[in-house]
Amino acid sequence: MGASQSGRVHKFQELADKTGFSIEQIKNLHSRFTYLTQDEDTLRREHLENISNLAINPIRRQIIEAFFDKRNLGENEKGCLQEISFEEFVTVLSFFRPPKPRIPDEEMKNIRKEKLRFLFNMHDTDNDGVITLDEYRRVVEELLSSYETIGAETAKAISDGAMLEVASVTVGQMGPDEFYEGITFEQFMQILQNLEIETKMNIHFWNLDTTTMKCGK
Amino acid sequence: MASSVYLCLLRTVFLVCIVNLLIHGVSGDEDVNQNPHHHLHENITGLPIVTFKWHHVETPYLVVLWVFVAALAKLSVIELNHHVTSVFPESGLLIILGFFLGGIVWGADKVQTFKLLPSTFFFYLLPQIILDASYFMPNKLFFSNLGAILIYAIFGTCWNAATVGLSLWGCYEAGAMGNLDIGLLQFLLFGSLIAAVDPVAVIAVFEEVHVNEVLFILVFGESLLNDGVTVVLYNVFEAFVNLGGPMIDTAEIFKGIFTFVVVAFGGSFLGVVFAILLSLLTRCTKHIQIIEAGFVFVVGYMAYLTAEMLSLSAILSITFCGVCCQKYVNANMDEKSITTLRHALKLLANGSETMIFVFLGITAIDTEIWVWNTGFILLTILFIFIYRIIGVFLLTWMLNKFRLVPVEVIDQVVMSYGGLRGAVAYGLAAMLDEKTIPEKNLMISTTLIVVYFTVILQGITMKPLVQWLKVKRAAHSDLKLIEKLNNRAFDHILAAVEDICGRIGDNWWTRGWNRFEENYISWLLMKPKARKNRDYLFSIFHKLNLEDAVNYVSEGERQGSLAFIRSDKAANVDFKKQFGSEFADVMPDIMVDMSSYELGIENFSVTSIVKDTIPSVSLDINAQDRKNALDDINAHHLLQQHLYRSRKHHRHKYSRSHFSINQSEEEVQEIFQRTMRSRLESFKSAKMGVNQAKKITKHHKKELAHKMANGHSDGTGYLYGDEVDSAVGSETGVISGTFMRDKYTVGAGIENPVFLPDMDSPTHSSLPWLMETEAVAPSQRAQRRLPWTPNRLRRLAPMRISTCSTDSFLMADVSSLTLEEHEELSQTDHDEIRPVFD
Repeated sequence: MGASQSGRVHKFQELADKTGFSIEQIKNLHSRFTYLTQDEDTLRREHLENISNLAINPIRRQIIEAFFDKRNLGENEKGCLQEISFEEFVTVLSFFRPPKPRIPDEEMKNIRKEKLRFLFNMHDTDNDGVITLDEYRRVVEELLSSYETIGAETAKAISDGAMLEVASVTVGQMGPDEFYEGITFEQFMQILQNLEIETKMNIHFWNLDTTTMKCGK
Repeated sequence: MASSVYLCLLRTVFLVCIVNLLIHGVSGDEDVNQNPHHHLHENITGLPIVTFKWHHVETPYLVVLWVFVAALAKLSVIELNHHVTSVFPESGLLIILGFFLGGIVWGADKVQTFKLLPSTFFFYLLPQIILDASYFMPNKLFFSNLGAILIYAIFGTCWNAATVGLSLWGCYEAGAMGNLDIGLLQFLLFGSLIAAVDPVAVIAVFEEVHVNEVLFILVFGESLLNDGVTVVLYNVFEAFVNLGGPMIDTAEIFKGIFTFVVVAFGGSFLGVVFAILLSLLTRCTKHIQIIEAGFVFVVGYMAYLTAEMLSLSAILSITFCGVCCQKYVNANMDEKSITTLRHALKLLANGSETMIFVFLGITAIDTEIWVWNTGFILLTILFIFIYRIIGVFLLTWMLNKFRLVPVEVIDQVVMSYGGLRGAVAYGLAAMLDEKTIPEKNLMISTTLIVVYFTVILQGITMKPLVQWLKVKRAAHSDLKLIEKLNNRAFDHILAAVEDICGRIGDNWWTRGWNRFEENYISWLLMKPKARKNRDYLFSIFHKLNLEDAVNYVSEGERQGSLAFIRSDKAANVDFKKQFGSEFADVMPDIMVDMSSYELGIENFSVTSIVKDTIPSVSLDINAQDRKNALDDINAHHLLQQHLYRSRKHHRHKYSRSHFSINQSEEEVQEIFQRTMRSRLESFKSAKMGVNQAKKITKHHKKELAHKMANGHSDGTGYLYGDEVDSAVGSETGVISGTFMRDKYTVGAGIENPVFLPDMDSPTHSSLPWLMETEAVAPSQRAQRRLPWTPNRLRRLAPMRISTCSTDSFLMADVSSLTLEEHEELSQTDHDEIRPVFD
């Protein structure tokens, strides 16, 4: 038992090195993970779908998909997994880790790029590296679906407007035969360069929580 | 050139002052009867034709004169050489100008006749500044940083007050100031009045510097709220001073703290109550649109006065009134009223700010108030400076432990350096009671020096400091819809990830609040109709569309008329000529319409333009020669199809309560129905027919080549239209919307693609934003001879996808309003045209 305990600590340490979380945070996340999976080793979509607060989130589908998207897991392949282990769970969550203070600009740029990449993948549902209008429309429609005041038509108009904007900002002059296919990642970065994603796409991860305090003796 | 203007202005300013003084001097010397009416009556010898009744108008006249002088002062400051204004902050310049004006008054009267009285300041000058600041507060930013702001405002101010007061007292005891009649409590009172960062000064300086938004909201929010806090502190300490040292025991101190809490939170609460009242009120002001903007001022001022009456914090009250009501008021009121309100608020706030700074300068030129005590004054400046820095760093250090994005050291430096003191401190100092505080004048002069020091010196050095430290500046970005969409998505993503991590965090609270707000508060305080329009994203979308439409119109006016909507000289069939001649006969009254439209077209909300389908049609009449009617039958047919006889009624030109011509809802409905009917017909015929898009494309290309060969420099325009069709061509498989072309090929021999849609879509197609098919819009826009037309081409493709699909037909079912909203999209690309008008 002690061996497995220390093995686990070792594993946590590895994870902490890889993702930048502290050991305490990883422990917390692990307890959450086991809670979500009901003591299974892997997490499946329905586990996440069962979270009651998530049910009212208009873009829950995309968010849940993001957890199972291979592109977000550091692998170069595309496609989706059916279930993920704790390690992958933490990897995905590490996209939301606030950057450490006073890191060099270069590193900040990478963090920024990673976060944007995550966001991009979320929009690019068919993994072809381009957010097409259809994809984008779907996202926006889902996003706005919870606002009863905005109808589907308006949502569509808004997504179209946004797409037009991207096209106008990013693409240079287009020839008469050219057709704007969609947003590539480079354009995506360009268009969102003013959005300080590295300061926005973060959440607090607990260093300590009540459960660990209890078992932590 | 600029300098001569400036000189001229300055001369005017001085002239006005002198005239003012002369008048005043006359009035002072005269010492006439108290009652001018009586006086007049007695001395009457004949029928006086003109009498000089200075006393009759003295007070209002002086007020108006000073307002005028202040405005001129501001004008001259603004018109100053740009090298000067880029170095000196405006507020500092105004103070310096105030010195001059004060010198003139002093030179004439040998006594300072005009002073900034605390009551004037607190009752007539301050409220509108605070209201303006709070009403335009970026709400989301404010509330998401509210914790930090409150900590800076409450603890920072208390810290400043206490440390400055105590340190000065310590130095006094140590003998650094010589002999003064002043005790610990008086020092604390002085500390509390000098503690607060002044919103007026801070806004004036920071608005010119453009620091990043978090830094700005921290400094600004703090300055706004700590005014409230400092007034409360001041009152508490004043009460203590009046009570006298020996009477104060623990119970009294606790009572003091309790008062502090009650006054601060009571004031804020009162403000929220008034905000709710105001929001409810604006729900039902639909029929008195012309005065509804006034309610904001009146209720805001009422919140201020009521709080003052209840001895709660008036500044906090009006602050929270403004912050809380803005969303609902903006939603409930008419677009025009909001514009009115916005301008009026800015006008009042800017005016009072100018007055305040000028009078802060004028007040200084007075021997009565100046009491010099080197130790006291220098030490005050030193302590203020030091304790501000210590306070900011200490509090930020604590805050950073909890903040997701820590406040950076550089930002902290700017925050501490931005601790400008201003008129509030002076007002409080001037309110001191001479009986209990014998050294009142010393305090006033110290306060004034502190104000000058901070506003002028720190104001001047602020910009270089910000540049030198490379403080993150505010990104100058236009509204980008996609950014806003992503922001919205972020909220949900973050909340979802928090859910997944099982943490109840900020996002959870934010979301909970948003839902509550959406479901209950908005329901209560907003008009049902307004709720949609006020959705954050929608409003941005709407704003973009508005801008586009306005630009579109102004572009038209730049070219002389809106003729470009229809005009195209190179069209094979001169549609316009026929159209024009026919039209001029048919509808003279509509042309009358247009005169009113052209007058103020930019101020019209687009909806009013949008609904007016006819006038835009008639616009091209002006520009065109309409003598030759070549094809009467064709034109007649067109007219029958396209024109709709407007049943507009004009009110009298002068009306106190209405600006614009009324529009009947039925009329719009009718136009819409007619449009849809004919469109559906064309759709049906398109379904039966063959898809002709490719053919047309080629055709146009040929035409284009032809045009180019003929040396038409306007080729770009056609290119644009051409691209529409080539896009159609490349996409025929996907898009079934090419039905539009079908009828066209069958129809009369109009070859220009520009007129394609016109053939099929009647009235509605007269305005691009009313187009059912956006393919029309580009082709019309193509007619504008703008140098960067090619630039706009790129926008076209996505637009095409969006519109030529069959979905647009589903819209036949929805109301005309939705239709318009949808169609406005076609104008989104107008922001590129903006530079022309800047």
